Amino acid sequence: MANSKPKNLYLQGLRDGLPICLGYISVSIAFGMAAVSYGFTVWQALLISLSCVTSAGQFNGITLIAAGAGYIEIALTQLIINIRYSLMSLTLSQKVDGRFRLIDRFIVSFVDTDEVFAVASSKQGELSNKYMYGLITTPYFGWALGTFLGATLSAFLPEDIRQALGVAIYGMFIAIVVPPAKKQRSVLIVVAIAVALSCIFRYVPYVNGVSSGFAIIICAVAASVLGALFFPVKEAEKLEQ
Amino acid sequence: MSNNFFIYVAIMAGVTYLVRMLPMVLFRKKIQSRFVRSFMYYIPYAVLAAMTIPDIFYAGNGLAAGIAALVVGVILALFERGLLTVAICSCVAAYAASFVQDRLF
Repeated sequence: MANSKPKNLYLQGLRDGLPICLGYISVSIAFGMAAVSYGFTVWQALLISLSCVTSAGQFNGITLIAAGAGYIEIALTQLIINIRYSLMSLTLSQKVDGRFRLIDRFIVSFVDTDEVFAVASSKQGELSNKYMYGLITTPYFGWALGTFLGATLSAFLPEDIRQALGVAIYGMFIAIVVPPAKKQRSVLIVVAIAVALSCIFRYVPYVNGVSSGFAIIICAVAASVLGALFFPVKEAEKLEQ
Repeated sequence: MSNNFFIYVAIMAGVTYLVRMLPMVLFRKKIQSRFVRSFMYYIPYAVLAAMTIPDIFYAGNGLAAGIAALVVGVILALFERGLLTVAICSCVAAYAASFVQDRLF
């Protein structure tokens, strides 16, 4: 791979972003389908994908909107779910080169997703603005394209298949959570605490009156605070996985 | 959807963007607090886990569908299959389970 590197930094970024793009198209097809199944139109789903560019946040967002959640609840939930991005942006802000302008920071951070971050942070040396623009180009449009396809195709699917697709988002969440939980006992314990609290908020009388958005925030913050207290993360590299 | 869709989207997009943009624009130094860094490390997993269980049990057509989706998803994820593979297989498992449940019970 290294010897076939294009000289042009933008093209280098484009090449590195293509695998991300392909992955996004498939995930965002599921998002498009989920959005339509919750009663959103194709254009609404597309607008969400074009303006948010975040998988877990969007999935959670449409669930809450469909449930008629309050604005503050949505804002707080989005903040909690997406707060990890602040760490990624922070890391990237240390890695960009001297010619990275303020306007570049404003634009590039818009598409600072988990995968873009993963690729950018694993790249040797400093990051140029051209490379970063190349890197985010195809993932951004792939995310939108998949959303459109998923939302459009969904209308042609029979009811029982659409219902089965309702578990797709959870399948993705499982795929994100389980591998690190398998490798690190601390993650496993934090996840177990979060799940236990989540079940309490669903099934225990009185407590289950708390709306789902706030319940998730309480579960996640409590579990993560316990994790941070008892299993502080040692290396910065761990955070960048 | 009792509230305005566009306000919802503006909030989602605004919060998501601010969370990404502010550290990139404002901070030049690394966060030193080990507690905060550890907290941020665990947050995504805790959020996703809390969102998945117990909600997955009610996401398909019946409880059997949800349980099948969870079991199949966790097994495949243990073998570190990709997001799409796990998601699709969970859907297939949910479909198969609800199919069996409808026909046999």
